[in-house]
Order: sequence, then C-alpha cells, then structure tokens
Amino acid sequence: MRLLVAFLIRNYFFFFFLILEVISISLLIRYNQYHSSVFVNAAADYTGSMHEAFTNINDYFGLKEENQELARENAQLRNKLQSSLSITDTSFYFRDSLFRYTQARVISKSTRRKNNYLMLNKGKNHGITTDMGVISGEGVVGIIVGVSDHYSIAMPLIHKHSRLSAIISKNNQLVNVVWENQDYLYGNLNDIPIHIELEKGDSILTSGYSFYFPKGVLIGSISEFDDPGNGGNLNTAKIKYAVDFNSITQVYVIENLNRKELENLKEESEEDE
Amino acid sequence: MSKKLIINIIRFIILVFLQVFVLNKIHIGGYVNPYLYILFILLFPIESPKWLQLLSAFLMGFCIDVFMQTIGINMAASVFIAWMRPGLIKSLMADKDDESNLKPGIRDFGFKGFLIYASILTLCHHLILFYLETFKFTHFLTTLKEAVLSSLLTLFLIILTQYLFMKPSKN
Repeated sequence: MRLLVAFLIRNYFFFFFLILEVISISLLIRYNQYHSSVFVNAAADYTGSMHEAFTNINDYFGLKEENQELARENAQLRNKLQSSLSITDTSFYFRDSLFRYTQARVISKSTRRKNNYLMLNKGKNHGITTDMGVISGEGVVGIIVGVSDHYSIAMPLIHKHSRLSAIISKNNQLVNVVWENQDYLYGNLNDIPIHIELEKGDSILTSGYSFYFPKGVLIGSISEFDDPGNGGNLNTAKIKYAVDFNSITQVYVIENLNRKELENLKEESEEDE
Repeated sequence: MSKKLIINIIRFIILVFLQVFVLNKIHIGGYVNPYLYILFILLFPIESPKWLQLLSAFLMGFCIDVFMQTIGINMAASVFIAWMRPGLIKSLMADKDDESNLKPGIRDFGFKGFLIYASILTLCHHLILFYLETFKFTHFLTTLKEAVLSSLLTLFLIILTQYLFMKPSKN
C-alpha cells in the first residue's frame, strides 16, 4: 500500500494528466451524444451575452448586405400579399395562423465544423422552446435544441445529427435531407425512389409532415445526382442549400401552435396499433 | 512571483478574447483557422509547479470550448501539450545548466530552439484538435491537411507575437 502511494506520488504528474484527459474526453463524448447538453444550456446565458456584445459591433460591417437581404425578403412578402388577397377561401388564413414566427438574430455560429451550431438572441423569456423550427428569408435553417433564459442554440442543417423530411417540389415525392459531407453549402438527399427522374435545379421543400416547419419552405435545389439504375432501390443526390449558413444574421423561429394537439393525436394513433 | 502571476492572468484573458472574438472568425480558404491561445501554454513559467501547468492548460481549453460549443476538444488537446512541455524543454535545453531559470521565448531559447519547441507543440495540439473534432478517420487526409496548414498559421502568429512583445535586450 505504501509502495503504491509512493508510486502514485512519484508519478503524480502523469496521473494528474490522465485524469484531466479522461475528464475532457468523457465530456466530449457526452456532448457528442446529447446535442442539447445541460452544460451548454447553463453556460449559454454567460457566453451568449458576450457574443451578443461583439456581434453588435460586427453587425455594422454587414449593413449593406443585410439591407439587400431585407429588401429581397420584403419583395417576397409583397408578392405573397397580392396573391393572398385574391384567394377568398378563408381556410387559407386559418392555415397560415397555425404557425407563429418570432424574429431572432444570430449572435454566434460555426459553419466549418462537423457539428455546427447557431446561437440566437431569443430564449425562454421570449417563448422559445426546444424543437421549434428556424428559417431565414431564404429557406430552412435548422431546429432549436437548447434554450436558456435569454438565448437559444439551434442545430442547423449542417450538423451530422440533422435529418429532415422533405419533398421534391415537382412531384411531391417524400425524401430525407441529411448532411454527410463537410461542405456547409451542400447537403445530401437520401431515400429517393429509383423511378423518380431528377433534374439539376429541382427544388426541395419542407414536407410539412414534421411538426417543425410549415409545408413548402425551400430547403435547397438539386446540384448533383446518381445515375439511375445503378442497383438498389433508392437513389441519393446532392443538394445546394438555399441558405448560406456562413452569412445568415436574421432568422425566424417558428412555433407550431397546434403542436401539442398533433403530438397527442399521433401518440394516440400509435397506441392503438 | 506575483508579477508573473498577474502577467499570466492578463495573458490568459487577452488570449481567450482574441481567440473567440477575432481569430475564430478568420477561416482562410474555408478551413485554415489559427489557434493562438496555446501561446498561453507555451509561455507558461517553467519553474511553476507541474500540476499548475496542467490545470491552467485545462482551464484555458475549457474557456475556449465553452465559447466554441465544443466541450472537451480544446481541453484534451491543451492538457496534452502541457503534459509534453516539461520533457520537451528538458531535451531541447540539455546543454543549458539550469533550464528552470529560462523564460520560454526567442530570447532565452534562441530562434532555432524556440521554433522547434513551438512547432512540435503546435503541431501536436492541432493534430489532436482536428482529429478529435472529426472523431473518425474517414476524412484522414483532408483533416491532416487542415491541421498542418492551421499549424503553420498559428506558428507564424506565435513567432510574430514574440517579435512584437520582445523587450529590448539589456546589452
């Protein structure tokens, strides 16, 4: 026993090193598994306020691009307004009010890593909860995975755990969007039935089957696809995201107002089976 | 001693802020990103207790990780080079009588000595950092390229800060 203690004391430097490394690696593995770790939520309020202060300065350098972005979005909204006026079906308005949009600003983000994140300047106090969708003027951004009182963290499409059901706009075929490469501009499309003919530039939209997003929000467009008939039942393709994750600053967090009802219904139907 | 303590605390704070708010936004060519914060570990006083060297590196990595939302990665890489450092200094400065009196830097190590010292530690740190982040070896060569190019940039900045903050020699 005394020998053991003496051995430990003599080599304390090495053992202390081992202990610290084990702590680091176990934190890393834990964080990798639970993308909304408790730890990150707790720290978000502190780091968030500092990121926000710095972004306030940084924002001035992007004012021009930001203005153009907003102008483009305004134009889009105006188009929607005109078309909505000509529709007399009142269910249209009802459908639209299923979702509530909260504007938020990106105060910190990463795009070059394997597990990227976005930090937004709205949190619990603004009615944000986990599992809400995030979009920008251009298209789908991601899903909220962690909230603190004033800030929230979103998992963007460019995260290796990200998986979103989508449809090919021209034929309503259901597919899955994942991120398997390391390029923040491109995503991957899985589970495409082989009889579907693809074309470069085909739009990929949200399916509306997940409760995160309304139907028909742009995700991206097809940039490359496999030659059909290479065996197997399902094809894959590469898509270019509609959103440039490296330059987004303004986003909207989407709350599905009927979410509880939809989830209860789904649970009930699954219990019946 | 207390003067050294204050200098190191200030260096710690400045490097964290520089890393998080300036250097992390660089991304030259998409992936080359310098990690200058390891300068804190490189310049840590040699004569200080070894447990303190490990613990400060651990804290440094922790601060960077909290800001970057990458818990564990920078901690592991930082602690590793803090552990390597005493042995490396001993073998590099074998011809000096008492290495504990040295201050890490070009002035005491000589340009060549410091370059070797900084290169080895930077490269080890970056390799661990980049491979832990990928967490698999499928992108082995791309990750290697990113790690090596980022190391070169970090090294360049380390040498640059040496000349920027070098005190005029006494003679």
